[in-house]
Amino acid sequence: MKFSESWLRTFVNPDYTSDELAHALTMAGLEVENLEPVAALFEHVVVAEVLRVENHPEADRLKICQVCVGGGHAKELLQIVCGAPNVKTGIKVPCAVIGAKLPGIEIKKAKLRGVLSFGMLCSARELGINENADGLLILPDDAPTGQNFRDYYTLDDKVFTLSLTPNRADCLSVYGVAREISAITDTVLAPLKISHVSEEIPDTIEVHVKVPDACPLYCGRIIRGINLNADTPLWMKQRLERSGLRSINVVVDATNYVLLETGQPMHAFDLATLDGAIQVRYAKAGEKITLLNDSEIILAPDMLLIADDCRPLALAGIMGGLESAVVPGTVDIFLECAFFTPNCISGKSFTLGFSSDSAHRFERGVDFAATRSVLEYATELIQSICGGKVGPVIEAKYQLPERHQIAVRTDRVRRVLGISLTVDQIFEYFKRLRFVFSENDGIFHVTPPSYRFDLVIEEDFIEELARIHGYDAIQAQQPRTELSMLAVPEKKHTPAAIKQMLVMRDYQEVINYAFVDEFWERDLLQNNCPIALKNPIASHMSVMRSSLIGGLIANLQFNLNRKQDRVRLFEMGSCFECDSNGNYHQLDKLAGLGYGDAYPEQWGESARTIDFFDLKADIEALFHGRELSFQSGSHSVFHPGKSARVIVEQNLVGWLGELHPHWQKKFDLPRPVVLFEFLLDSLLPKSLAHAKEMSKYPPVRRDIAVIVDNHVAVQSLLDEMWGCKPEIVTEIILFDMYRGKSVGEKRKSLAFKVLLQDIEKTLTDEDIDQAITSLLHVLELKFNATLRT
Amino acid sequence: MRDLNDIVKEAGNLFDATDDPNELEYVKARYLGKNGELTELLKGLSKLPLDQRPDMGSRINQTKSQIETLLKTRRLYLQEKILEEKLKEESLDVTLPGRGYTKGGLHPVTQTLMRIETLFHSIGYEVASGPEIETDFYNFTALNIPENHPARAMHDTFYVDNGNLLRTHTSPVQIHFMLENNPPFKLIAPGRVYRCDSDVTHTPMFHQVEGLWVDEQANFAALKGVLVNFMKQFFEQDNLRVRFRPSFFPFTEPSAEMDISCVKCNGKGCRICGHTGWLEVLGCGMVHPNVLKHVNIDSERYIGFAFGLGVERLAMLRYGVSDLRSFFENDLRFLKQFN
Repeated sequence: MKFSESWLRTFVNPDYTSDELAHALTMAGLEVENLEPVAALFEHVVVAEVLRVENHPEADRLKICQVCVGGGHAKELLQIVCGAPNVKTGIKVPCAVIGAKLPGIEIKKAKLRGVLSFGMLCSARELGINENADGLLILPDDAPTGQNFRDYYTLDDKVFTLSLTPNRADCLSVYGVAREISAITDTVLAPLKISHVSEEIPDTIEVHVKVPDACPLYCGRIIRGINLNADTPLWMKQRLERSGLRSINVVVDATNYVLLETGQPMHAFDLATLDGAIQVRYAKAGEKITLLNDSEIILAPDMLLIADDCRPLALAGIMGGLESAVVPGTVDIFLECAFFTPNCISGKSFTLGFSSDSAHRFERGVDFAATRSVLEYATELIQSICGGKVGPVIEAKYQLPERHQIAVRTDRVRRVLGISLTVDQIFEYFKRLRFVFSENDGIFHVTPPSYRFDLVIEEDFIEELARIHGYDAIQAQQPRTELSMLAVPEKKHTPAAIKQMLVMRDYQEVINYAFVDEFWERDLLQNNCPIALKNPIASHMSVMRSSLIGGLIANLQFNLNRKQDRVRLFEMGSCFECDSNGNYHQLDKLAGLGYGDAYPEQWGESARTIDFFDLKADIEALFHGRELSFQSGSHSVFHPGKSARVIVEQNLVGWLGELHPHWQKKFDLPRPVVLFEFLLDSLLPKSLAHAKEMSKYPPVRRDIAVIVDNHVAVQSLLDEMWGCKPEIVTEIILFDMYRGKSVGEKRKSLAFKVLLQDIEKTLTDEDIDQAITSLLHVLELKFNATLRT
Repeated sequence: MRDLNDIVKEAGNLFDATDDPNELEYVKARYLGKNGELTELLKGLSKLPLDQRPDMGSRINQTKSQIETLLKTRRLYLQEKILEEKLKEESLDVTLPGRGYTKGGLHPVTQTLMRIETLFHSIGYEVASGPEIETDFYNFTALNIPENHPARAMHDTFYVDNGNLLRTHTSPVQIHFMLENNPPFKLIAPGRVYRCDSDVTHTPMFHQVEGLWVDEQANFAALKGVLVNFMKQFFEQDNLRVRFRPSFFPFTEPSAEMDISCVKCNGKGCRICGHTGWLEVLGCGMVHPNVLKHVNIDSERYIGFAFGLGVERLAMLRYGVSDLRSFFENDLRFLKQFN
């Protein structure tokens, strides 16, 4: 909503500066988005009449003009050299005389190609009015020569731009804003001056409202013999322009003016194009219409139409049709002023892909009590500008929206707002808001006005009271409540704690969009039914991710392109899957990526490329204290020989592995990438510590080294030993692995450290030997292991 | 026989003149060794008349122990000196960098989220969450946003399929929570939200924190109290100025928008605040009775207030980030600034 301040002040004129007024509006919920002067600051610019134009002897593009600037300068004409293409004898233009200061220029006596010039004829841009620099700003013929141009063009004016919330349809008009200001500032509101135009012709047209629910009130009238060539008056043009509307023709301008001033959309049809009665009905399947914006649309059956006997004429409340529009040559018009219910208009411009000033208002609610008087007002305006003979008002009226009386309890007001407004204050605020109400024992019975569609329940009125009182006048208080402690589960890690662990292990957290390229899902992850968005913002963000891995690889590529050669990333976030029944599942996951050197380049360690076991250590730390194992497995993302399923307490919870070499090549990654991904839930459980008694007797260490076949997994040896170990064995750790000639081909040597300890006594050599022998025996039996000597 | 005192003096002098510990032992041998001077004197005792022997013996032993003491002192001194010299040579260049890996860091949005959670947690707000693929009911209808309402168009929704969409705000978590719990409660719901909008000031995904307090005693003044308190703590500015303006959200009534004085220019007006001196930081209001009705809470008994914070917005203001999009580019050079 954009309008000129001077227009607004014709209705309400509080003793506030423009800035104060803007502040008051903003603080009352009508946010002033912009407040700017309609023209730049300048002085000594007057209305001038060009009396003579001659060619400049030395320059083709320049003209020498003799200009009358009236007043004190009347005795002599000013000679002004002008280069504008549209300068000609007889026109009136703004003229900056010597001494004038325009934005960026000061006007002095000058010589242009040998000819003296005593001023400058101005374009709109030179005066900071708009960007039009095509030629001089040509003024109406009746512009009074010599008048200060600022006064003539009401340039000491400002334009307010309001950013209105959808509930405040009542402020989508200058008068509506004035009414609001009157309430906020407690200032008198001037009424709209509407006079009844007397009927001069009997002509009417039949109106059939087929859907009274959608159009409970339809008014119209015929006006014959208008002069469409009449100029729109300057004041009206200016107000329209300052509201961002271009002048089209006098009838359209008048209806637009009425819309801006009263908030009531109107439409004028060229009467000659109508065929039979006016119908208000829904569209039939397959009907088409070409609209004023030149778009042809095929109508859906929920589109409300204004039609005649033969065809659709307009999209009711949204936009008129091209065929029935008022165009040069139109002599007779049918003027429409109706009320369409918000429900049947709202959502339509969204479906159509465009909106209009009319749709914007109807979908939010237009004052149905003013429809007929606005028609009178528009008639009066049109007739006063372009003549014509007026027919009687045709009115079809049905069940209009009801306004129910709402009880507003002073107690409730106090309870919701937390301040003690008095009955008198509430009385005063409702009065300022022009609500119809009565009060009894602290309970107000209020009827919302017809122009307010947002006042339905008690709370709506409480907000009104708070607004008028001022939100800032409500003292902030610390809340009072019963205190109770929040649960702090100790048997669970918080996601934040898990993130912190990774941070301490040199990972950088990233956050990626949850929608990804379909390729990541279908090809990389072999997900055959990714969840697709119906309206993706870009093709590379078209499906919901089922894994975080694609995002991490993209982050790696991005950073490699920026010369980062060691990258360690993690992301924790939601992933989405669709099951075979079409149900969606949201799974929170944690994924990590390691690339480049294991350590940052440094003096004390030699460089080594990060590998599977570097990330495995990180995972072991994350799952510390849990029953964790790794099994080789194959997955579309990973290297078949360098990847593992991660099993926690018998459940597959995720994967660890090196990116498959063919992906590495495809993504143009010079070095291997190691990745992991887990279900977040699997990481959260944490066991509560349960202390045991420490042995007083010394532990004994024995090392055993065995040789087994290469393919035997270390974990299986550990599992077997652990499964049958005597109680005195407290720890078994692999501390060395060796492959080489001395152990035989396709064999490896594994060295374990075994710790033994008893809680009750010092171990004897016999105890120890027996335990070690039993371990060796198992290895020999199950894995054909031989003792390395 | 030499005067015993002279021997002590001479041994002392010789010890002090010796800097090498091995040589010191040779010098010692001259007096205390197998054939040392004092050893010889002791051997010679047998040649003395019987009555002189005890006296002489005791004097020689005294002398011996005097020399031993001098020797010990010198030995200790030399040991210390050698250690000192050795240590001098062993000193490290302590300015060499440490070994191993360094530390990563949390994303600034996460840091901001954690900060918000910590502050609200400190006054008893619990953390709730809800699905990101939502139904139309939870995202709109239950929040008093009927179909075709202009407020829906403001939301630029991503649709998945009929009735399912990516949540456009964290407010639906309110509904899930209220359906499952009985008042009074206070909760925050941090999470990702999605809007079909992408330009300099919008990303199609961003983070919000929804806050809700339902209690018999909740009111608008308390809503202001909590939020003013939060903003001051969040920005660590006790004199932060705030203002509340009426606004419109279908799920709150009365509704408000909260502005804070620009944290960059302190309200004087700058590029960050569009030269207004104020920054719009959140929307809030009293929970609309229709919303409470949807979750079977008696709105006569309980009153609620709710707010929605834009996490990226707060992170940008707090850390001076000028481009919203940089949060999701994941450029390590950008991210490492927050470590």
